[in-house]
Amino acid sequence: MKIEILGTGCAKCKALEENVKKAVADAGVFAQVEKVEDLVEIMNYGVMNTPGLVINGEVKSTGKLLNTEEIKAFF
Amino acid sequence: MWKEFVDYLTYELWNLEGHLGEAINFFIYDTIKIFFLLIVIIYIVSFLRSFFPVEKVRDYLSGKHKLIGHVSAAFFGMLTPFCSCSAIPLFLGFLQARIPLGVTFSYLISAPLSDAVVIALLFSLFGWKITLLYISFALLIAIVAGLIIGSMNLEKEVLIEVKPANSSSCCSQDTGSLFKARLKEAWEATLDIFKKIYPYVIIGIAIGAFIHGYVPAQAIAKYAGGDSWYAPILGVAMGIPMYSSAAGMIPLIEVLTSKGMLLGTALSFMMAVVALSFPEAMILKRVMSVKLISIFFGIVGSAILLVGYIFNALL
Repeated sequence: MKIEILGTGCAKCKALEENVKKAVADAGVFAQVEKVEDLVEIMNYGVMNTPGLVINGEVKSTGKLLNTEEIKAFF
Repeated sequence: MWKEFVDYLTYELWNLEGHLGEAINFFIYDTIKIFFLLIVIIYIVSFLRSFFPVEKVRDYLSGKHKLIGHVSAAFFGMLTPFCSCSAIPLFLGFLQARIPLGVTFSYLISAPLSDAVVIALLFSLFGWKITLLYISFALLIAIVAGLIIGSMNLEKEVLIEVKPANSSSCCSQDTGSLFKARLKEAWEATLDIFKKIYPYVIIGIAIGAFIHGYVPAQAIAKYAGGDSWYAPILGVAMGIPMYSSAAGMIPLIEVLTSKGMLLGTALSFMMAVVALSFPEAMILKRVMSVKLISIFFGIVGSAILLVGYIFNALL
């Protein structure tokens, strides 16, 4: 599973990355977690409200700081 | 009604007097008032906003005829949440959907100026007449500035190559339909926004409290108030390098006007702080050439100035 966190560096984006890492650890799944800060890539996903959460190439959420429970629900 | 309590606290219990007493009294009173107002207003606004996700706005705006596009963009700026960290992805997303540069700017200018929270605060502190005037002018500035920028053929000044794409494959949040979910989301958004802006609000109130207690009305009138023709210019010039959340500016505006600054000047100052900020320019520099940013600032700055003069003349 590949998880990407899209964001240009605001505090919420970093917090989301932390939560994702925690969720992955909690759920015990194997996942590649990546933070994407490149504007062109963010734009290509059509995300306008950062932070964005992308799992296996699909945009799952935008503009929200999800907690670990909500993130795990996507697995 | 809590004024009596605050008065009791500062003047009787703590026995403060004179300038210090005035300042502290004001600070406590205003903090309670503004915090309360903010929480209520942000909650209501966030709830209403959940009906207007940005993706829907973008889809609506793409393909609209020019003037309608600008007007709608300006109106939507009022309704949708605007976090300055999302300004760039949003800007690019709009361009991607083939929304013209000018229309995108109308949105970008309108959003921070006519943010619903600002409007609601203005209303509760200054009444509906001033609020209505302010809204009309904010929208007007957004529309006109957008039209001007749109007609200048500046598309190549955008530094990133924007490949047009159809409306994003993305989902919108599924909280969509459930009423209860909306209420919960609105509350979360409220806490979120409040956490982000309360430092600015406290600073704004603190400065306001200081001015209220220590700066005599004559000083304000002398430097920035009254009919001096250069007052709005000073206001805008001072506002550009500063940044604050609009919510933090309003308590300051309240105090300045009570000390004799003309409302037009005060509003120009506030609009300049909110709509034109160096921090925002730095962020925008990543996707716009310096030329485009300067034009953007120049046009909006002049528009704000004009509004300041008009307000001073009218009120």
